Amino acid sequence: MNAPQRSAGAAIEIRQASKRYGAFVALRDIDLHIRPGEFMTLLGPSGSGKTTTLNLIAGFTDISSGALDIGGKSVTGLPSHKRNIGVVFQHYALFPHMTVGKNVAYPLSLRGIRGDDRERRVKRALDMVKMADFAHRYPNELSGGQQQRVALARALVFDPPLLLMDEPLGALDKKLREWLQLEIKRIHRELGTTFVYVTHDQEEALVLSDRIAVFNGGRIEQIGTGRELYDNPATLFVGRFIGESTVLRGASEIVNGDTVMTVGGDKIVAHGRLDGDASPVILLRPERVALKRPGSDAVSGENRLSGTVAEAIYLGSGSKYEVKLKDGTIAVVRAPLGAADFAIGDAVDLTFTPADLTLLPDDASADTTLT
Amino acid sequence: MSFSRVFLGLFCLLVAILLLAPTLVVIPMSFNGNKSLAFPPVGFTWAWYENFLTNPDWTTSFTNSLVIALIVAVAATVIGTLAAFGVTRAASRTGGLLRALLITPMVVPGVVLAIGIYAVYLDAHLVGTVAGFALAHTMLAIPFVLIAVQASLEVFDRRLETAAASLGAGRLTVFRTVTLPLILPGILSGALFAFITSFDEIIVALFITSPYLKTLPVQIYSSITRDADPTVAAVGTLLFLATSLIIIAGLLFGMRRGRT
Ligand SMILES: Nc1ncnc2c1ncn2[C@@H]1O[C@H](COP(=O)(O)OP(=O)(O)OP(=O)(O)O)[C@@H](O)[C@H]1O
Ligand SMILES: [Mg+2]
Repeated sequence: MNAPQRSAGAAIEIRQASKRYGAFVALRDIDLHIRPGEFMTLLGPSGSGKTTTLNLIAGFTDISSGALDIGGKSVTGLPSHKRNIGVVFQHYALFPHMTVGKNVAYPLSLRGIRGDDRERRVKRALDMVKMADFAHRYPNELSGGQQQRVALARALVFDPPLLLMDEPLGALDKKLREWLQLEIKRIHRELGTTFVYVTHDQEEALVLSDRIAVFNGGRIEQIGTGRELYDNPATLFVGRFIGESTVLRGASEIVNGDTVMTVGGDKIVAHGRLDGDASPVILLRPERVALKRPGSDAVSGENRLSGTVAEAIYLGSGSKYEVKLKDGTIAVVRAPLGAADFAIGDAVDLTFTPADLTLLPDDASADTTLT
Repeated sequence: MSFSRVFLGLFCLLVAILLLAPTLVVIPMSFNGNKSLAFPPVGFTWAWYENFLTNPDWTTSFTNSLVIALIVAVAATVIGTLAAFGVTRAASRTGGLLRALLITPMVVPGVVLAIGIYAVYLDAHLVGTVAGFALAHTMLAIPFVLIAVQASLEVFDRRLETAAASLGAGRLTVFRTVTLPLILPGILSGALFAFITSFDEIIVALFITSPYLKTLPVQIYSSITRDADPTVAAVGTLLFLATSLIIIAGLLFGMRRGRT
């Protein structure tokens, strides 16, 4: 029997949790509910509080205020070694004085599992990450990717209901990272364990996750599926962090309940209006735009912004353009294969419908926190 | 280029000879046919070795030193290791201060310590006792353990302890299964230093010795000033052999570990 055991994943409930280091607030009143068996990714820029959240769940740091339940029970005051949670670290953290086999057997020995049973479970875990042939090697005889697979086996061998991973692929090259992402996804599907995964790579988050929580400055900006975050970002920060986008700013007025914004002399219409009196910005996704020659036939209800091509990049699967608008904004445009070609310096019109646009309140912090 | 290599080689040889010369003089002296420490020796005899192994003055002082040094190695290693943890893991300011305080026995002149210890021991009736020697030598040995263990604690990756805790290990288990095995080389070299510190300590020993309890260095000293016979050379040769064996064993052990 080699099939890994399906274990019931644990639910996590974080309510109004804060973490302070002296006067510094690393986490501010976060609420996060993770369903049993879910793959939840904590995504955000450096210093936004992802690791802090993970450390709270793992019990490596104490919560300053708020509540944390795992599997329906409060874990306040429960030390990390009693929480029965698997953790995978960016730096692998394999024990250098133990072989791969001993490393993976370690959590089992601590739980009083010995002899054949232990051997069998170690082998099963190593099979799962395709490292069974390396059981007698020491960690310093393995590549980074191999070490991380062993670390994954070690964190899962005791069938924890919850696995935490803090940028586990951060130190690996792109090819290996993409392959391991798929492996992690497969293992998650096979086991039914709840996975909480930290990354600052939005593509990785989109590949892996059932849902994503976007962190910014110690707060959660939005929680949702990749599609929800991409199509309906709640804040400008989320809109800019997930996927590519162009942010349009300009004087705006409300006409017939729709927002009309003047961008570099061109008027564009976005459906609806913002609640409250925050000044609106418009988020435009690169693939929603069609490039046309100036003066070509207008379709009714279509928005047009004129500009000049500043950069044209052939990507194989299509082309990517950077168009300089009249107000100086650089707009990113993705043209599918077969669309008309443009060269640098060409005058073009960006065309899109009001439904292609997302209206969001302006937020200066969204610019400064992006790198 | 090859000239500078030859030159470098010759220079190294010279330094090696300089460092080894006193030792190399002692070995032939231990077989001196005359009852004198003169160099070069004349004749050949095993008599001084026999004297060392049979004369109770020599055998008891040797056993005394061995017993005391073993006690010191254990006590100083335990205390020094704990101190190293405290110093390494305290806030850096406190840690630095503690460390400076803890290594004072290494920098204070031996005589100063010896006088202080002697004065206190007279009152406490510790002069000429195994306990007295063990206590004084432990104090002298702690800094060596502290430095050796601290060096290995500083390169020890504490995140491994976090990882072990996440896998279900309580604090003691973490120490036993992860921390201890990884800093063991430091602890062992600290223990060796502690042993040697006690075994060849003479200044404090001269103060707190008594006719009933002499350590080997004290016996060597009094033998030189009284008999001046080559038994000291025989002792020196034996100690040289013993330490060489320990060091070679250590190197072989280190090489084996390094390979895995
Ligand atoms: N022990 C600590 N003492 C003081 N401040 C801390 C401590 N640990 C973390 N912080 C601060 O808390 C904030 C959040 O840190 P955290 O490690 O959670 O960020 P992160 O989102 O994981 O970032 P990264 O992507 O760089 O790992 C940071 O500003 C950090 O400087
Ligand atoms: Mg982090």
